Amino acid sequence: MSAAAEAARAREVRSRRLLALPALVILALAAIGPLLVVFVYSFLTPGPYGDVVWTFSTDAWTSVFLERDIFDDTLSLADAHMAIFARSVMLALATTVLALLIGFPTAYFIATRPERTRELWLFLVTVPFWTNILIRTFGMLEIIRNEGLINTVLGNLGLIEQPIQMLFTDGAVMAGMLYVYLPLMVLPLYASLDKLDFRLVEAGYDLYATPFRVLTRIILPLVRPGMIAGSILVFIPALGAYVTPRVLGGGKTMMFGTLIELQFGQGRNWPLGAALSITLMALVMVALLVYVRHAGREARHG
Amino acid sequence: MARPFDVRRQRGFTLIAAFCFALLYLPIAVLVVYAFNAGPSLSRWEGVSLRWFVAAANNAQVIEASIRSLQIAVSAAVVATAAATLAALATTRTPPYRGLTTTYAAINLPLMVPEIVTAVALLIVFARIKMATGYTGLGYLIAAHTAFCIPFAYLPIRARLEGMDLNLERAAADLYATPLRTFRHVTLPLLWPGILAGFMLAFVISLDDVVITEFVKSGGQDTLPTYMLGQLRRAITPEMNAISTVFLALSIVVVTVFFLVSRKRD
Repeated sequence: MSAAAEAARAREVRSRRLLALPALVILALAAIGPLLVVFVYSFLTPGPYGDVVWTFSTDAWTSVFLERDIFDDTLSLADAHMAIFARSVMLALATTVLALLIGFPTAYFIATRPERTRELWLFLVTVPFWTNILIRTFGMLEIIRNEGLINTVLGNLGLIEQPIQMLFTDGAVMAGMLYVYLPLMVLPLYASLDKLDFRLVEAGYDLYATPFRVLTRIILPLVRPGMIAGSILVFIPALGAYVTPRVLGGGKTMMFGTLIELQFGQGRNWPLGAALSITLMALVMVALLVYVRHAGREARHG
Repeated sequence: MARPFDVRRQRGFTLIAAFCFALLYLPIAVLVVYAFNAGPSLSRWEGVSLRWFVAAANNAQVIEASIRSLQIAVSAAVVATAAATLAALATTRTPPYRGLTTTYAAINLPLMVPEIVTAVALLIVFARIKMATGYTGLGYLIAAHTAFCIPFAYLPIRARLEGMDLNLERAAADLYATPLRTFRHVTLPLLWPGILAGFMLAFVISLDDVVITEFVKSGGQDTLPTYMLGQLRRAITPEMNAISTVFLALSIVVVTVFFLVSRKRD
């Protein structure tokens, strides 16, 4: 490369870096930087009225996983926390699986519509996606609360005497999350199915495959990237969900998100809240790594 | 006569899809229908009335929260879209250079961090700054919203840029246009739909935010979503349905425009 060309290239790189600067500064100040502060806070001592005292301590991290017996000072597994972690993971997994079971046929249905109506169906999935999560959670609340749609209908039909208590249960949280995150499953699945070459399906039938075999041996393997992407998009927000458990779950069915909030509210233990946040992020990173490994393998196979 | 064999058909899929659409729309439909109920209860329909809309419109807290929501969303979306447009210009259609991957990762990071974690992080940092400076204005909320809106504004702008024909800009340069003139008269007009889509995405994302706002806001800084979150814990009146219906109508208008803008390919 000539000296002039090299100088021009250096100028271009410099101007590109300059262009990215405003976005990077905003992100550093109000997104990435604060995450590092959370990490620091997880090693400090809680202050008496919230906030922290600047004394190094690993107590927060210990109490994420272990609890100290008040009588003989021995450490044991923090059962309460473990139960909440387990519930969060199980509910997020169950939500993801249900979303996949409902979302896949729906995406398939949309992808096999004629060109002209396809956009309309897609639009119908997109509208709830753009609607405020709180409003949608409120909609679900209207369906399942004691004076809600289901209990009213069943009561008017004379099928029940007392309203069925659905609100404030794990099932309510799961139904709410399924409802809220379902579009996140359908959209990437559709993107995959849209590219599906139906000549391959035809070839399967020509070779006397049953529809079920065509589905499991041809269609599903081809849309695996979409299935993984959709599952990640549902699993991650479900794991850290805050609005849905708070509105539909009540105090007894705590999840990761509400447990973290508690430490910054009545719990007044900011370091523990910080340590729990880092733990949640670590779990999300594990899920993302699984995704990246799968996506990478997909790409290598071509 | 038997139906002709269709290779695309899978048994039961249409039924599940119907269930899916019913699930997606039933709660919203119930919400909207009962916003027009004359009575105060969901269990009894007492005729059509607009009284809950009137009640919401006369509720000073609702009006104040709505105005605050719009203020934050407009400010955050304008700044985020401007920053995202520059960042998209910096990261597309270029051979790799040092810092490119980092920039790319930094812009996408907020998408991967759970909202509650971002909320807690901002609460911690802003509490310090509030104590140090004494400033408790809307600036914190606008800064927080701007940051998490950037990746959303960035997506459609980047997509648009990548689909653009480089030759048009080369032609402009061949005709002795300065880089600035090329940008102003060639790149920007072509990029416009992407920028508009990015702005609307950022606007809606900001308007919808509950978690981060709930943690960052100072006393008396409720936005419409955090006001509603507070109300949902108390007695639920159809006034909430009325507010939700108006909010919903606004979202549908924005999606429709977004759909039309991002669909138009020239």
